[in-house]
Amino acid sequence: MVVCCKGSALSRLWKSKDQQVQQLKHYQPQNSKGGGNWRKKFLFLGILLGVLVSIWIFLSMNANIIARRKETLANMCDERARMLQDQFNKTFAEYTARTAFERPLTNGVAYALKVLHSQREEFERQHGWKIKKMETEDQSPVQDDYTPEKLDPSPDQDEYAPVIFSQETVSHIVSIDMMSGKEDRDNILRARASGKGVLTSPFNLLKSNHLGVVLTFAVYNADLPPNPTPEERIEATVGYLGASFDVPSLVEKLLHQLASKQTIVVNVYDTTNSSAPIKMYGLDVRGAGEIHISNVDFGDPLRKHEMHCRFKHEPPLPWSAITTSLGVAVIVLLVGHIFYAALNRIEKVEDDFREMRELKVRAEAADVAKSQFLATVSHEIRTPMNGVLGMLQMLMDTELDATQQDFAMTAQASGKALIALINEVLDQAKIESGRLELEAVPFDVRDVLDNVLSLFSDKSQGKGIELAVYVSDRVPEVLIGDPGRFRQIITNLVGNSVKFTEEGHIFVSVHLVEEVKSSCDFSNQVIRDSEDGIGMSYNTLSGFHIVDRWKSWENFRMFKFSTEASDAINLLVTVEDTGVGIPQDAQSRIFTPFMQADSSTSRTYGGTGIGLSISKCLVDLMGGEIGFVSKPGIGSTFSFTAVFQEGRKNLGDMRRHHPDPPVSDFQGMRGLVVDGRCMRAEITKHHLQRLGIHVDISLNSKSALSGILEACNLSGAGHLDMVLVDKEAWGEGSGLAFPRLLAEFRQNGLMKPQENLPKMFLLATSLSPTEVDDLKSAGYTDTMMKPLRPSMIAACLRKALGVGSKRQREKGQAMALRSLLSGKQILVVDDNAVNRKVAAGALKKYGAEVTCADSGKAAIQMLQPPHKFDACFMDIQMPEMDGFEATRQIRSMETKVNELIKSGEASSEMYGNVAHWHIPILAMTADVIQATYEECIRCGMDDYVSKPFEEEQIYSAVAHFFESGTVDSVS
Amino acid sequence: MLGLGAARLEADMNRLMALLFHQGVLDEQFMQLQQLQDESSPNFVSEVISIYFRESEKLLKNLRSLLADRECTDYRKIGIHLNQLMGSSSSVGAKRVRTVCLAFRAASEHNNWSGCLRSLEVLEHEYCYLKTKLHELFQMEQQRVMAAGARYHPLLS
Repeated sequence: MVVCCKGSALSRLWKSKDQQVQQLKHYQPQNSKGGGNWRKKFLFLGILLGVLVSIWIFLSMNANIIARRKETLANMCDERARMLQDQFNKTFAEYTARTAFERPLTNGVAYALKVLHSQREEFERQHGWKIKKMETEDQSPVQDDYTPEKLDPSPDQDEYAPVIFSQETVSHIVSIDMMSGKEDRDNILRARASGKGVLTSPFNLLKSNHLGVVLTFAVYNADLPPNPTPEERIEATVGYLGASFDVPSLVEKLLHQLASKQTIVVNVYDTTNSSAPIKMYGLDVRGAGEIHISNVDFGDPLRKHEMHCRFKHEPPLPWSAITTSLGVAVIVLLVGHIFYAALNRIEKVEDDFREMRELKVRAEAADVAKSQFLATVSHEIRTPMNGVLGMLQMLMDTELDATQQDFAMTAQASGKALIALINEVLDQAKIESGRLELEAVPFDVRDVLDNVLSLFSDKSQGKGIELAVYVSDRVPEVLIGDPGRFRQIITNLVGNSVKFTEEGHIFVSVHLVEEVKSSCDFSNQVIRDSEDGIGMSYNTLSGFHIVDRWKSWENFRMFKFSTEASDAINLLVTVEDTGVGIPQDAQSRIFTPFMQADSSTSRTYGGTGIGLSISKCLVDLMGGEIGFVSKPGIGSTFSFTAVFQEGRKNLGDMRRHHPDPPVSDFQGMRGLVVDGRCMRAEITKHHLQRLGIHVDISLNSKSALSGILEACNLSGAGHLDMVLVDKEAWGEGSGLAFPRLLAEFRQNGLMKPQENLPKMFLLATSLSPTEVDDLKSAGYTDTMMKPLRPSMIAACLRKALGVGSKRQREKGQAMALRSLLSGKQILVVDDNAVNRKVAAGALKKYGAEVTCADSGKAAIQMLQPPHKFDACFMDIQMPEMDGFEATRQIRSMETKVNELIKSGEASSEMYGNVAHWHIPILAMTADVIQATYEECIRCGMDDYVSKPFEEEQIYSAVAHFFESGTVDSVS
Repeated sequence: MLGLGAARLEADMNRLMALLFHQGVLDEQFMQLQQLQDESSPNFVSEVISIYFRESEKLLKNLRSLLADRECTDYRKIGIHLNQLMGSSSSVGAKRVRTVCLAFRAASEHNNWSGCLRSLEVLEHEYCYLKTKLHELFQMEQQRVMAAGARYHPLLS
């Protein structure tokens, strides 16, 4: 039990130790082995201790048992001895007290009279018998036919002690002289001298032949003085009283009275002569075990008696000790075994854990190495690839014949494709190594989408598929996020769709998550479009059947849980196509890197299959989810959500791929979209509305015609500026035929003269050359190629309606720049001759006339009004007078002159007929940091360009004030 | 025969330029510079480069003299010179010279005389390298023009 407690305590101790060790191990894995060994030692020590304890228990219990046995023996022995002793003493006490002869244990009592030799004759005469001698010479055992008559008369002696009275049982000793037996004589002499009872040594009793003793008392006459001397005692002696004891029967009887006589063997010895003890009672059975010896005092101080007791049987095996200790030992061993097993297990688990961690470290290292390798290799490839591409570009700028040009272009296209691939791999590596971080800059979602659309417009037109984008009105204009990555996701998805779609449409839509959630029932036509298809034609963008796109986002977190109200904008972007779809078995691994639907895909369509995995990573980074639904043969719809912040609208440094098309040009115009397909019409309307055009929709030709007629008859507010007809408004080629109906009307005279007729535009995904020829004759002003983009629509409308600016972005920036700069007088101020030369060269290239100045002072001189310059490019860092200071002085000069003109003190004629002098000054600087820019503006500069010059930057900087500048000068 | 030589020369030129690009001696700006050269200014690049060399040599000489004495070195002036050199180098696309200038400027900002001296040595080395290579390039260009001229001259006349 103790051990058990100890065991449990130990186990608890162990457990806590283990925990500690475990915790320690976390930090010091190398120590664990030592810890295990230590624990094992501890365990073995514990087991050893347990076994020792059990042995100790055994020993102590055994000793206990033996001691108790001994004690029992001693008790029993002592008890018996005391009883025996009591028997003697008590018997004689009573005997003397009551002179009652009838005692159960006294064999026989006799009285002998002291007879002196002188008195013998008279005595013999009185009693009528002779005093007889007790024994014959031989000491042979006494025969049964022992009769005193046969005994010889006692020889002459000084004294005699003939028995005169005797108990019936011993009547045969009457007349025998007790003095004649040696033992008896000694007894008598000692008894009368001491005055106490005296025992003989054991001898065979007469007749009964039992071993016995005789107790002799002297009887004195009445005049014994107190404290008598032995002589006086002898003198006073009258006779002797003797009692024989049959010791065996005495002891036998005694033992019978006591219980458990079977268990012990009792021997009684007379040990008066210690070298030769006389056995008075007992069997010769050899008892087992130890002997306990008790002294027995029978009242005779001269005689010593001992009682020897021993157990009859061998002591039984100490079963209780054995079982207890064995039990404890077994428990200890079991517990030890359990702990041993546990320790082994722990050690094994620890080893495994260590191994696993090592493997994990190695795997991680391998992963990092892989990512680093990818990143490094990609980077290393990119550097020479840039060289290759640059050289190819240079090669293409040289004079090549058509074939060479073609080769070079092919090579460049391949190079670009390779760069794109490398960028993707680099992205993947970056994302995997967690190094990709998202920007947070303001951007315009619509702009991003238009940009993506323009990227794919060539391909979609080539394939003849519809490509359209719709952005919900509720999506804010300016969002804060990473436009580049957002664009990348959409580009990936649309790119995939374009790749796998041969006919039908690709439709990108952007909504707020909240909007979609709340419009689960109906409301928004564009969102809720899919299921009400009639016959073969579905109400989709192209009339093809599409998958139920609701399924693609139904598992999104954002839809399942209500999002907390915050200023975060959750966008839901869906890209829906009518392509080949994704096979069911491939759908599960679509977002795994380098995994395509099947290996034949890459053969048919090309690509690495990395795009979707990158998209997924990017979406995750943007806090959104991506999902899709796809049916082979019908199409796929990918949806993703992304979280952005709403941005303020007036942020000048917003990134734009295209400058916003000037909305004002078309503000207030009215248009009519004629299209049999409601979805498509909605999208066209959406784009036109972005330009500020008020749009109506006619779904069939009849209503369209009546609408047009009505508008024509009306003037002013109801005037219709444009009619946009889809090429496939009600089926193949029906759009192209629409104006014919109008023409018929006109012929019928239902319509007024031509000038009131709105401009007609045809919306088409692709046009054959013959169709292009037919256009004009059919009555169309122009065509708009889909995908529709506001910038493209605006350009087309401008051309047709004759509104808008001189800008012709489509012709390319260089051309635009040339047109802007040609003939302009430009002053370049730079102290650095090289820079001066380069800047001058660059500006000259665009047709400007450049004058150079090498210091701020020279510039001030030259810009003293009146002067001929249209603009000034000013270096900031110049010795003596830097660009800021020079600008300040120029501005103060201008202000002075302007004031003079204003106040009329000087006529404007004096200053070159210019009413207000303000020369645009552009800073040239190598370090384009915000602080520099602010400093530029503060000291009166208009803008800045970074050195070395970049075409685009010069354009954007120059364009902005040259336009206004021309307006100024015109006015 | 001569025409073939011109083609070979052009190939050599392109190779050399590719090498310079690869080594990072030149960058895109040099290409932009070349784009600026057209019929109206046929020697634009070589003009710019010769101005660059002239200016740079002046600057380098100044820098050398400024660093002659350890005790009284005008680090501010060094900075100004370096800025000029950097500006012109970035204009012609001398990427490595510019990079060394950056290091030089950092050293001068810390008034680290020995660092400056080391940078100056590297700078001179880079500059010499650039100069030799560009000279090589212009020589080839000249030969090419001459070869082309030799070829086309009879046709034109």
